[in-house]
Amino acid sequence: MSKDMKDPVYVTDQLIADDIDAYLLKHQHKTMLRFITCGSVDDGKSTLIGRLLYDSKMIFEDQLASLENDSKNVGTQGQDIDFALLVDGLAAEREQGITIDVAYRFFATDKRKFIVADTPGHEQYTRNMVTGASTADLAVILIDARQGVLTQTRRHSYLVNLLGIKNVVLAVNKMDLVDYSAERFYEIVSDYSHFAKQIGMDSFLPIPISGLKGDNIVTHSENMPWYQGPSLLAHLEEAPISDTAMQDHPFRMAVQWVNRPNLDFRGFAGQIGAGTVRPGDAIRVLPSGKTTTVKSIVTFDGNLDQAVAGQSITLTFEDEIDCSRGDVIVQSDQPCEVADQFESTLVWMAEEAMLPGRPYILKIGTQSVTATVTEPKYEVNVNTMEHLASKTLGLNAIGVVNISTDRAIPFEAYAQNPDLGGFILIDRMTNATVAAGMIHFALRRSQNIHWQAVDVDRDAHASLKNQKPAVVWFTGLSGSGKSTIANIVEKKLHALGKHTFLLDGDNVRHGLNRDLGFTDADRVENIRRVGEVARLMTDAGLIVLTAFISPFRSERRMVRDLMAEGEFIEVYVDTPLEVAEQRDVKGLYKKARSGQLKNFTGIDSPYEAPETAEIIVNTVELTAEEAAERVVARLLG
Amino acid sequence: MTTSPASESGISQATLTHLQRLEAESIHIMREVVANADNPVMLYSVGKDSACMLHLAKKAFYPAPPPFPLLHVDTTWKFQAMYQLRDRAAEEAGMKLLVHHNPEAMEKGINPFDHGSLHTDMWKTDGLKQALTKYNFDVAFGGARRDEEKSRAKERIFSFRSANHRWDPKNQRPELWRQYNTRKSKGESIRVFPLSNWTELDIWQYIHLEGIEIVPLYFSQPRPVVERDGLLIMVDDDRFPLRDGETPEMRSVRFRTLGCYPLTGAVESTAQTLPEVIQEMLLTTTSERQGRAIDHDQSASMEKKKQEGYF
Repeated sequence: MSKDMKDPVYVTDQLIADDIDAYLLKHQHKTMLRFITCGSVDDGKSTLIGRLLYDSKMIFEDQLASLENDSKNVGTQGQDIDFALLVDGLAAEREQGITIDVAYRFFATDKRKFIVADTPGHEQYTRNMVTGASTADLAVILIDARQGVLTQTRRHSYLVNLLGIKNVVLAVNKMDLVDYSAERFYEIVSDYSHFAKQIGMDSFLPIPISGLKGDNIVTHSENMPWYQGPSLLAHLEEAPISDTAMQDHPFRMAVQWVNRPNLDFRGFAGQIGAGTVRPGDAIRVLPSGKTTTVKSIVTFDGNLDQAVAGQSITLTFEDEIDCSRGDVIVQSDQPCEVADQFESTLVWMAEEAMLPGRPYILKIGTQSVTATVTEPKYEVNVNTMEHLASKTLGLNAIGVVNISTDRAIPFEAYAQNPDLGGFILIDRMTNATVAAGMIHFALRRSQNIHWQAVDVDRDAHASLKNQKPAVVWFTGLSGSGKSTIANIVEKKLHALGKHTFLLDGDNVRHGLNRDLGFTDADRVENIRRVGEVARLMTDAGLIVLTAFISPFRSERRMVRDLMAEGEFIEVYVDTPLEVAEQRDVKGLYKKARSGQLKNFTGIDSPYEAPETAEIIVNTVELTAEEAAERVVARLLG
Repeated sequence: MTTSPASESGISQATLTHLQRLEAESIHIMREVVANADNPVMLYSVGKDSACMLHLAKKAFYPAPPPFPLLHVDTTWKFQAMYQLRDRAAEEAGMKLLVHHNPEAMEKGINPFDHGSLHTDMWKTDGLKQALTKYNFDVAFGGARRDEEKSRAKERIFSFRSANHRWDPKNQRPELWRQYNTRKSKGESIRVFPLSNWTELDIWQYIHLEGIEIVPLYFSQPRPVVERDGLLIMVDDDRFPLRDGETPEMRSVRFRTLGCYPLTGAVESTAQTLPEVIQEMLLTTTSERQGRAIDHDQSASMEKKKQEGYF
């Protein structure tokens, strides 16, 4: 054995020998943490995992003997033990010298049992890492102290963040090879902080380590007295567990199986995805929306007073209501949404590329439905985070798409509840799992359960007003005449006895959207809120007129997707930039040209003209009055 | 459950223990199988892992009995004590017990003394394939764990086998979150391992905590053994052909794993209770499979056997 090794300190041998009953009692109360290690071959990942297994004494003597033997024959550490060999797997891989998959390793300390997902760093990396990260409570991102933050580091961090892992450890490894330099460590941490902010990673814990030498793995390293934080293992023992965090969420349980052993018993079996449940709780079954009360929480060990996220239980209800596999039982007053169109991130995992329009099987919660990708939006370059226009996704590609399902399904945004927001896509021909998906939000909320209880529905509102509700969406450059034309259109409609409402950029920004600025993100949010308000107004039966620059196609598309078929009428107020700038009613172009105003559409921020607007009015050829007449004619025609 | 004082929200949270989380996961896996499979079966080998798996199945479907039969692919060479517990355990669980004997092996009198690895190949590997085909089972639960052997660390929980029951390590499906893709093509079958994430210590602790009955062979008592090829073999019945000079002697032994008695090495031990067994396990320095003759054949032999269809 190498001299560098410390004695394993984390197995309480003495207690095992002295009082096994006390030992067992203590270990009954251990918790369990699942984590993933991310790093490339040279970052020392396998060595770190081997070290954790070794230091927690998960390696038996016979394994150690064969390890020592292997280390001499094929190891890379001379006469020292090559820990990497411990986490090697299949014979075929061993011969090729590569690992091809996700491997799960186990070790335990007095406080916790750990499951480590180990994913190799090579081209299949994205698929494997996403798989390993999907069940992880925490991620350890390894960096070689000599190399610093590399492209791979960015990729790993992006994926960890994408999968919603909140606890991230930045393990700066091989500190022994940079003379345990504090300066080098803080330089790397500073680089990484900058990058973490860019991808929206809220926090991370940096730890300087040496997997090979054992520094800051189990105990504090004497070689780095300047580091005051916890050792890696000490942190792993204290980090929060995802299931526990989900207990604060409203109750959700996807029904796996209906238990009917006889006519007197009907139980609904499932694993609680979020929240807490007690007998007497008012619950709702989605998508039907039927409500009842929990009668009992049945388990083999007796009925429970309470069950929490992570537990597998069986519920019985006070009332006989329909409920079957695929349904989701939710807290009655805080149900989740039900929808059939979503914006989602997809991670493509199959050789055969994603095809928009092709039906796949989408499995979410305990339900399988048919789904198609209706609109690929963009692909993300996982190395640079750039968005690339893409109509398809190849193996290991990540993209944002709109997905449509053949029926409405209960769901939650992945960021809020991975259990009801994460899904897989299955190829109908090969039955292979071809993609992992994460829902962002629903595009059309027509099936939302709150609305089912409404007796006076949107049709009733509209028919009373004797009109067809619609959103007339004016888009165009600043100064193109949107507000002027919209104003005339409203006057004309009003005179015809139509119930209308004009949502104007300025009046909205003074109230509803006063908290928003003019960054790209704020512009998108501005349009999203306007879209939602317009949507509510069409439900009230109104004809809604909006006048916003709304420069991006994707946001206009987003609003279009919110509306019922045929109720979104896009009016492109087509005015050349020169003409609009010449008019410059509000003096904004002048400010923008002089640099006083940033991100001004047409000057230093693009305007994407509509490709398929319902109405185009050219304000060079038409007066505002003529343009308005044309819009009214189209609306009522 | 371990109750922590307060979460960030100020509401007190209950953290599930590692055994509670493992139990919940295993139950979830079993229910997924039952909800999706046409004709599932649980492979039952009477060992401690099987005992644990059966116990979890009772929990998963309570108050109903587990809605599938137990299948024991027998070699006729198991310990007598195993047959006794097997029959009783099935009856107590309210489950149908199917016992399969490879007729060809039966006819040829295949035994561990004369036929070496052919014994395992025919009775177990071929026998399992025959039984699955005979009853047309599409999903079979097995008690294998990822910590048992290096090649198993990468095994999926839902492991797909071709129509001829072969395992292709390069063609397995990614398993994300709690989403298992249970769809299979014609002729394919699935082996499902609900104990994948349990370690040997977890199994023992759970047996202790839940009071699960296991075969008494796991506990030490004086038993007639002979020493052969470095293994202590128990003379469990009169089919055991003693070599010249071999006389069974009574020694206090127990077994860390159970299989065919002529292939299973005993260890000398004084552990007579479960805590003592666990104590011994924690203090020993050799891994679990050392007692099984099957592993010593060749390097990575488990993996080779798995590809051929032995579990």
